[in-house]
Amino acid sequence: MEIGDRSQPALWTILTPKWRGALARLRQERQGSRTRGALVLLVGAGFWAAVFGVAYRVLSYIQRVPDIGDLLAGKMLAVILLAFLSILLLSNVITALSTFFLAKDLDLLVAAPVGGMRLYLAKLGETVVHSSWMVALLALPILTAYGIVFSGGPLFPFVALAAFVPFLILPAVLGTIVTVLLVNVFPARRTRELLGLLGLGVLGVLVLSLRFMRPEQLARPEGFQNFVDYLVVLRTPTSDLLPSEWAAGMIMNWLLRVSDPDPVARLWGAAAAALAAGIVVHRRLFRLGYSKAQEGAERKVRRPLRGAIGGIMQALPPTEREFLLKDMRLFFRDNSQWSQLILLAVLLMIYIFNISALPIHSGERIPFTLVTIISFLNLGLAGFVLAAIAARFVFPGVSLEGRQMWLLRSSPLKPATMLWSKYWFGTLPLLGLALCITLLTNWLLRVSPFMMVVSVGTILLYTLAVCALALSFGVFYPQFGTENAAQIPTSFGGVVYMMASLCLLAIVIMIEAVPVTAHLRAHQRGEALGATPELLLAGTAVVGILVAATVVPLRLSARRIEQMEF
Amino acid sequence: MIRLTGLVKRYGRFTAVDGIDLEVPRGELFGLLGPNGAGKTTTIRMIAGILRPTAGTVEVGGIDIGTHPLEAKHRMGYIPDRPFVYDKLTGGEFLRFAAALYGQEGPAVERRIDELLELFELTRWKDELTESYSHGMRQKLIISGALVHRPAVIVVDEPMVGLDPKSARLLKDLFRQFVDRGGTVLMSTHTLEIAEQVCDRIAIVYRGKVAAHGTMDEVRRQTASGDMSLEEVFLKLTGGLREHQLDAVLEA
Repeated sequence: MEIGDRSQPALWTILTPKWRGALARLRQERQGSRTRGALVLLVGAGFWAAVFGVAYRVLSYIQRVPDIGDLLAGKMLAVILLAFLSILLLSNVITALSTFFLAKDLDLLVAAPVGGMRLYLAKLGETVVHSSWMVALLALPILTAYGIVFSGGPLFPFVALAAFVPFLILPAVLGTIVTVLLVNVFPARRTRELLGLLGLGVLGVLVLSLRFMRPEQLARPEGFQNFVDYLVVLRTPTSDLLPSEWAAGMIMNWLLRVSDPDPVARLWGAAAAALAAGIVVHRRLFRLGYSKAQEGAERKVRRPLRGAIGGIMQALPPTEREFLLKDMRLFFRDNSQWSQLILLAVLLMIYIFNISALPIHSGERIPFTLVTIISFLNLGLAGFVLAAIAARFVFPGVSLEGRQMWLLRSSPLKPATMLWSKYWFGTLPLLGLALCITLLTNWLLRVSPFMMVVSVGTILLYTLAVCALALSFGVFYPQFGTENAAQIPTSFGGVVYMMASLCLLAIVIMIEAVPVTAHLRAHQRGEALGATPELLLAGTAVVGILVAATVVPLRLSARRIEQMEF
Repeated sequence: MIRLTGLVKRYGRFTAVDGIDLEVPRGELFGLLGPNGAGKTTTIRMIAGILRPTAGTVEVGGIDIGTHPLEAKHRMGYIPDRPFVYDKLTGGEFLRFAAALYGQEGPAVERRIDELLELFELTRWKDELTESYSHGMRQKLIISGALVHRPAVIVVDEPMVGLDPKSARLLKDLFRQFVDRGGTVLMSTHTLEIAEQVCDRIAIVYRGKVAAHGTMDEVRRQTASGDMSLEEVFLKLTGGLREHQLDAVLEA
């Protein structure tokens, strides 16, 4: 018997613990350290200002391109929204599994007289917020830049919101449908592992297809047969079926004063239809899936992981050795953790492919200046990739100890031992990766010995610093109660860490621009680069900043762990 | 030996533990009783070094855990009320890790692990991931983890929760023999029968303070309870049942 709507708790009531919890956390943050709050605000404001600044400058430049400026801006928005869509698809699949099948409040809600639709809408709302807030925050400065450059007017924020809401709902609904279907076929624990692989597979295909569409062609009109061909490519949407195209169309139509209801109708119609489909699938399959989700723990160990690695680690004292072995076992036995290495491999393939696709080896004589600038920019890109990998693999380190902290804190384990063990467990593989990327791409670019020394030295020190930052932000913003490790990097602390590490990268690159410019000038004059005070100062500043960014966060977090209560 | 002196724990304006003084000598099994929210778990977690006291000191084996935490923790085994273990470790690996946290390894530890698993009837599951263990099996695993490094003091929070009658009996016998050989056990429990059966002395904690402590007879004398049962003494000290509230709840 389906109970009446009036005897069910309201949607707002079901969500009460969530928004009240969020408010309480906010109040706690406010009562906490003011310096920390100010620092977070500063880093956030700096990051937003940088994103807005870049978007504003690029758009202002594009807008001035005669005839095709508006088309290029529209295409750029569609590509940005496509990238957001791929992130949202993966993020929603991971989040929906947590909110619908692993969350702690589910036993209470499923046992309570809450109807299927209301439960679905409540959990969908939670999924949208958890999976999309980061994308929404990143979109804000970009859309603001669009609104200002194209004079969107006072109503533009509402138009952008009206385009963004269904754009966020669509992948969330899709994520919930895929999750419910999969949980009905596999037990939830297995599904979490399977979803990790599946989601990454989807993302990998998306990223690869985006890469092989060769968007850089748009920046090189001379590669087309004639200007009409180029215009045709610009005017044709990547796909008529992508919500990112509809959202971009809706926003650009407003900005260019084009009255075309088609993108609005498609976007909102698809969102409404998807929501209806989500409710139907949920009503039919959720209860059965939820019951299955309680089953299916894994029993047997696939890889004992003692033999060879245990032998190599015999030199370490027993506490350090067993701590490292424990972390390795937990990592490699949990598919939801290691499966993200597939994504990493895809990203690296694209990265190397991009470098090798540059026309350096095509027989043309590429100026020394261009190679040096590309290798310098490559350093920034490698730094970004390393920061993102550290967010995924180093940042969650302390949070993953969560419920087992009673064992560590009641034992005579020094907090510093735990911290160093986590640090090196994440840092050593990353150092190897950083060296491989830098040496390989520098070799492909045929850089000068000076650039090789600068980039290898910088990337080594930056990797040490970025891992220290990731681990320390993980200590200061732990997610001990999380049900799903893949969600930890997308928490507030994870985003602040990413902002901080990118700010650090920007500072390092700005300082290193001084010696790199001097190197170029010396080459143009045909002279050898001398050790001027300017160069020594820049080198000392970079080393000093990166060493401080390694040591200070680790010291602070060691102190913080000692003060932590569980 | 465990000694608590003026132990206080405050969370903001709320005082969870309000000046507890207790001493548990070697060779004694001491029970900490009290209603929910009385401050038992907070006290136990301060002794284990997981929470930091707002004021007061905790000594384990004569060592202040505030100033020399590592030395004090070396002598102690802690069993929490909720058996959270690493899901992706096997029972054997968990115990090996627990021993390593105390700097112990090698054949002696392996023998000890086998002994403990045998005692708690977990040998069959030694090489299986703990995510497939039942609540009771996990409880027995963390008890084994607390014993693997041969502590002199055991601090245990609600040890019988989730255990079947046979395992509960085994644990009571184990604690009894442990203190008979010179060990010290401080145990918090809601189960008054268990406290009556196994504890040498008890303390009844209420609203963060010790309301009465000593042997059963001493507690009865302190509370002028004649020959009342421990349950009646406990209810007398902590408020007891309110008949009119029961009526109100059960009325249709």
